[in-house]
Amino acid sequence: MNVPELELVCPAGTPAALRAAVDAGAHTVYCGFADETNARNFPGLNFSRDEMAAGAAYAHGAGSKLLVAINTFPRAGAEEIWHRAVDDAQAAGADAVILADLGLLAYAAEHRPGLRRHLSVQAAAANADAITFYAETFGVKRVVLPRVLSVEEITAINRDIDVETEVFVFGGLCVMAEGRCSLSSYATGRSPNMSGACSPASHVVYTEEQGELVSRLGNFTIHKVPRDAPAPYPTLCKGCFSAGGQTGHVFEDPMSLDAAELIPRLAEAGVTALKIEGRQRSRAYVSAVVKSFRRATDAIAAGRPVPVSELAHLTEGQSSTLGAYRKNWR
Amino acid sequence: MRLTLGPVFYNWPADQWSDFYAGIADEAPVDRVVIGEVVCSKRLPFYQDHIPKAVERLQRGGKEVVLASLGLVTLPRERKMLSDLAESGLPVEVNDLTMLRHLKPGTRFTVGPLVNVYNEGTLGLLAGRGATTVCLPPELGFASVAALTAEGLRLGAEIEIWAFGRLPLAISGRCYHARLAGLTKDSCQFVCDADPDGLAVETLDGQPFLAVNGVQTVSECWANLVGDLTRLAEVGVGSLRLSPHTGDMTEVARLFRSAADSRIGPDEAIAGLAALAPERRFSNGFLFGQFGAEWTH
Repeated sequence: MNVPELELVCPAGTPAALRAAVDAGAHTVYCGFADETNARNFPGLNFSRDEMAAGAAYAHGAGSKLLVAINTFPRAGAEEIWHRAVDDAQAAGADAVILADLGLLAYAAEHRPGLRRHLSVQAAAANADAITFYAETFGVKRVVLPRVLSVEEITAINRDIDVETEVFVFGGLCVMAEGRCSLSSYATGRSPNMSGACSPASHVVYTEEQGELVSRLGNFTIHKVPRDAPAPYPTLCKGCFSAGGQTGHVFEDPMSLDAAELIPRLAEAGVTALKIEGRQRSRAYVSAVVKSFRRATDAIAAGRPVPVSELAHLTEGQSSTLGAYRKNWR
Repeated sequence: MRLTLGPVFYNWPADQWSDFYAGIADEAPVDRVVIGEVVCSKRLPFYQDHIPKAVERLQRGGKEVVLASLGLVTLPRERKMLSDLAESGLPVEVNDLTMLRHLKPGTRFTVGPLVNVYNEGTLGLLAGRGATTVCLPPELGFASVAALTAEGLRLGAEIEIWAFGRLPLAISGRCYHARLAGLTKDSCQFVCDADPDGLAVETLDGQPFLAVNGVQTVSECWANLVGDLTRLAEVGVGSLRLSPHTGDMTEVARLFRSAADSRIGPDEAIAGLAALAPERRFSNGFLFGQFGAEWTH
């Protein structure tokens, strides 16, 4: 079956990571401003206005595109911060902005109509009707699909919509519908939807208790491991809890997504772009992942089989999952 | 301040479900009742045929009835559920924006707490499309509630706050009840029916933390704003949402009604709710504390 070339959309948390991604063959990079307007608002990450403009110039010079994620939900009384981010993304030369909030989409459509709009995964548009609503109301051209859908469902959605779809293929995996989770806020008071950081490091405490290393988020124990074992970061939904007489990873094992083997099926499903998660990751990580996936998309474009993924050592917890793409994940 | 009884989030047997609404219709001092399936479309067939009778009885009891739409819509039959709701002739609560695509232009609707209404721009957009009441996401702090309530008053949209019951914190494609039972969502055997208020999740220290309800994750503690009604009224909150649980929800509604009308004080109202179910912990932290699970009283 003849399939069009897939666009590889790669994370860039810093200008150095951006250059690494572009040099490694990213068709597109995505970044955010260094503030609460993007969903990876971690200390030391993201771009100033000048860095964004330089990043866009670097990407464009290599024939790549740059997307700016402004995908948190503006705080009441402070929408101006998010509006300015949209304005500044256009001024920096972004090829598109990635948005989630209805009010912000309306602002961008009205005030920056020439700036292409993508719908963030944070909007969790999980079916053709929701996607068509965003396309008709705000002129959204591409939708990043939430990680709750199987390949079969993605195929069906693409049959019913007139806009592009982008799907995650590698990296961290939200087990909840994205943008619709306040677990971290419940434990810490900081809302990922508004501040852009889930299970924030500011609220993480590691202590040693009775020979065990305990990691807490706010007042709540998320993991306990033997003192000499590597301590997992206490991401709330990947934690170890007790329920119904069982103890374990009630929500999700500490796995990350690796859907490399599904790329041919995703291409057949009509997906336009493959997204790699990890704006918080190092330059070396980004470079290795981008090169590997670029080999895969090139292989598909040339009609060759996809090379076997060599990325197992990069996935967190050394194990990976196909997530919701496989129906029995549910 | 008006009182809204939210939809039952949990998997209750159809007879229990019907009896519950009969009691509410006849006795509970609530103004509006939102009814229908929000959490899992697989549960609906068990009580679907009971809905018309419940609606009729609630309306006879003087309640405004609103039909709830599903919170996470992925399957073709779920999209069909929404289009059926749009044809029902009753007002609809939007719990996933998918519903907006099914409502005819000019149709009035309400917005449930699972929709991300964080700011004035989003509130204005929804009000402009016909939203008459918006129940804000429970994680919003008091400053956001005050700002949005002011905007709601300006726009003519009533702002509602999650005031009682386990807090809806997340929804997923995955069913945790099924996962805990070694099953998958598609073969779940409806094991969630064993937990009519959700299944408690504790930390490894034995600290109560969360509860699972099929694909939904809720708080272990019960949100309870009955001691905070003066502050909510001061900023113009128009309605309080009470989420159905086992136990005496009619008495819960009476206590909220009495507190909202200043016939009892906040301490007496809190004590009254605590007496109904002494084992339950309360929280009001999203609005008034440092974090959601906190209880400031």
